[in-house]
Amino acid sequence: MTPGWRLAAVLRDPGRTEHFSARQWTELFAVARAEQMAGTLAHRLDGLDLHPTVQRLVDDAIASAGQVRLAALWEAEMARRALAPLGVPVVLLKGTAFAAAGLSPSLGRNIGDLDILVPRERMDEVEAALLAAGWEWVKPDPYDDAYYRRWMHELPPLIHRERDRMIDVHHTILPLTARIRPDAGALLADSEPLENGLRTLSRTDLLVHAVAHLLADGDLAGGMRNLWDFHCLVQDGGTMGLAERARHHGLGREMARAGRLSHALYGTEVPFEWQALKPLDHLYLRRLTARDGWGRQGRRLTRLGFYVRSHWLRMPPLMLARHLWTKYRKGYRPVG
Amino acid sequence: MRHVAHLGIGPVGFRIGSDWRGPIAQLETLYRDYPKPSIPDFSVHLFAARPWRKYLRPSVMIGGDYTIPDAAPLPLAQGLLAAEMGMNLQMALAQRRYLLLHASAVERDGKAVLMTGISGAGKSTLAALLMARGWRLMGDEFVLIDPATGLAHGFPRLISLKNQAIAVAQAAMPEGRFGPLLPGTPKGDIRHLVPDARAIRAMAEPAQPALLLFPRFGFDAAERPVPPSEAFVRLTQSSTNYVHLAERGFDALTRLVQSVPARAIDYPDTDSGIALVEALA
Amino acid sequence: MTSYRAAGPETLRIIPLDALTLVYHRASGITHVVDAPVPEMLEALGRDDLSVDQLLARLSERYDLLDADPAALAIRLDELVEAGLVERL
Repeated sequence: MTPGWRLAAVLRDPGRTEHFSARQWTELFAVARAEQMAGTLAHRLDGLDLHPTVQRLVDDAIASAGQVRLAALWEAEMARRALAPLGVPVVLLKGTAFAAAGLSPSLGRNIGDLDILVPRERMDEVEAALLAAGWEWVKPDPYDDAYYRRWMHELPPLIHRERDRMIDVHHTILPLTARIRPDAGALLADSEPLENGLRTLSRTDLLVHAVAHLLADGDLAGGMRNLWDFHCLVQDGGTMGLAERARHHGLGREMARAGRLSHALYGTEVPFEWQALKPLDHLYLRRLTARDGWGRQGRRLTRLGFYVRSHWLRMPPLMLARHLWTKYRKGYRPVG
Repeated sequence: MRHVAHLGIGPVGFRIGSDWRGPIAQLETLYRDYPKPSIPDFSVHLFAARPWRKYLRPSVMIGGDYTIPDAAPLPLAQGLLAAEMGMNLQMALAQRRYLLLHASAVERDGKAVLMTGISGAGKSTLAALLMARGWRLMGDEFVLIDPATGLAHGFPRLISLKNQAIAVAQAAMPEGRFGPLLPGTPKGDIRHLVPDARAIRAMAEPAQPALLLFPRFGFDAAERPVPPSEAFVRLTQSSTNYVHLAERGFDALTRLVQSVPARAIDYPDTDSGIALVEALA
Repeated sequence: MTSYRAAGPETLRIIPLDALTLVYHRASGITHVVDAPVPEMLEALGRDDLSVDQLLARLSERYDLLDADPAALAIRLDELVEAGLVERL
């Protein structure tokens, strides 16, 4: 069992650590940190009878995740205050949404930027209100800026000049260049209010977004974490209506694949038809768990495949060529 | 990783892996009297940027549990420095149990003197020379304040001497154990000094902070009290994890600046610096 | 009429040091190092939503204000709004 798989197995069943060697513990935390899941792991382990050193790591990770959560919720609150006068529906996405709605993926979860979804026709107003409230552009690079505005599903990222935190303002959950076009209107229309006036996606759309993020958007980086979100959300609310909603957004295949992967990795309770892996799923699982005992990603051939695939999914070939050419001329190289 | 060392510094354990034997051998020699915790707090690894760079003009990339994206590689001859930087990086980015102050510290009779300031203020040199004069060295780079007790915990890693400070320390400690001279690093010449036996033996013992100093090297000798609000602001700037500790950090730091006197000291040369510190402590 | 609401007193740790005062805001995790009249303004707002004029009246009752100028107070309030210690309603 690779260290990456072992992390998944421990998240699924923390009791497995009972006879862990010092080396296995060390590797477990190295992998969890590389996957940005140390807080999640810590919450899973807390309460077990742990070695004092491990308990210390657990306590620190839990405290750290608590501070991250506090800062993320505050950032959402400051965005709420800045946007409240517009009367625009503001839907929190991803980590901040899980924390604000008290959903189980948020336990110990790392939260990076603030992601919000707003109606496309109100983007200009939202942008102006954020700029007036102290957010600034991150990159003044005109190519990137034009690229974002033309093709992405979000404004170029903004950063708050005092708090140094980023906000991503989306109008849908996949880039406009992707072949799949989720129904952004339905995401907003079916979103649900939180107590403070901000909103979250509906139960099924939370899962649709998790799946879009995992399988149709990125290069599977951070995939273990995103799949854990999926697993927890299914545990919170089940799979009723999920396949149908995913098909409505054009993500039926991705939803089924996420269900199969989550079942295989975390033992998620999913419908019978999602319980048997398909041939390509094994490649995904290898990629998801490709970490050695130092948290490094191995299997470089698989990684390269997924990197190209990720851009392929986002962009039609001609646009991909143009994009890579522009990046190349600026000295950009894929990380690896 | 082919080569691995474990070592404990103060209350923190590290695992260091390397593609090359050299840096690990140096760590094992210089840290030979340190404990070897089996489950570390942090892992650091030194690796070749490309497989062939392991042999051809080998350059060392610094990896670890926590890294910054633009860390520049170092030549293999500076592998020891890379390991030290990797450990510092873990502390700076991810230490969450203690309030981390970028400061050196020495202790006598259970009372700790904390010296903080910008790079080049001479805090490493002062700490090394005070160690030579019988103080217990707690650390030349980081001091760890326990929010629960207010006590200072040491972090006596190898003392990092730069440029002129190397000869000064060698003259003061002819019997001292020094690492290899590392010329031409990003910070000039560097040579590490192993903390003395007492510093290593007592490294798990915390001490009560008794004096906060803000030294500046290269100015006429002068001394003035630093009001708590100024000490607070300066210490938040010299802490990498103040914000991350949230209210615990606030408690630890307000307690420190309210209970411990603070002084800014200017000194023209190390002898007068030492005299100033010993007069105040 | 615009009114202002301070962060709840239970979310603030206020520690006067010497010339300056530390304000730790639990809801944001941010530490503010402030000078007069910020602590006084936060205290005067308390749990009430007040307009600039109402706040000025309350401050004038409690302190001898040398410059009872609503425009100056409004600027201070805007700074606190940006810092997140006060919300504009």
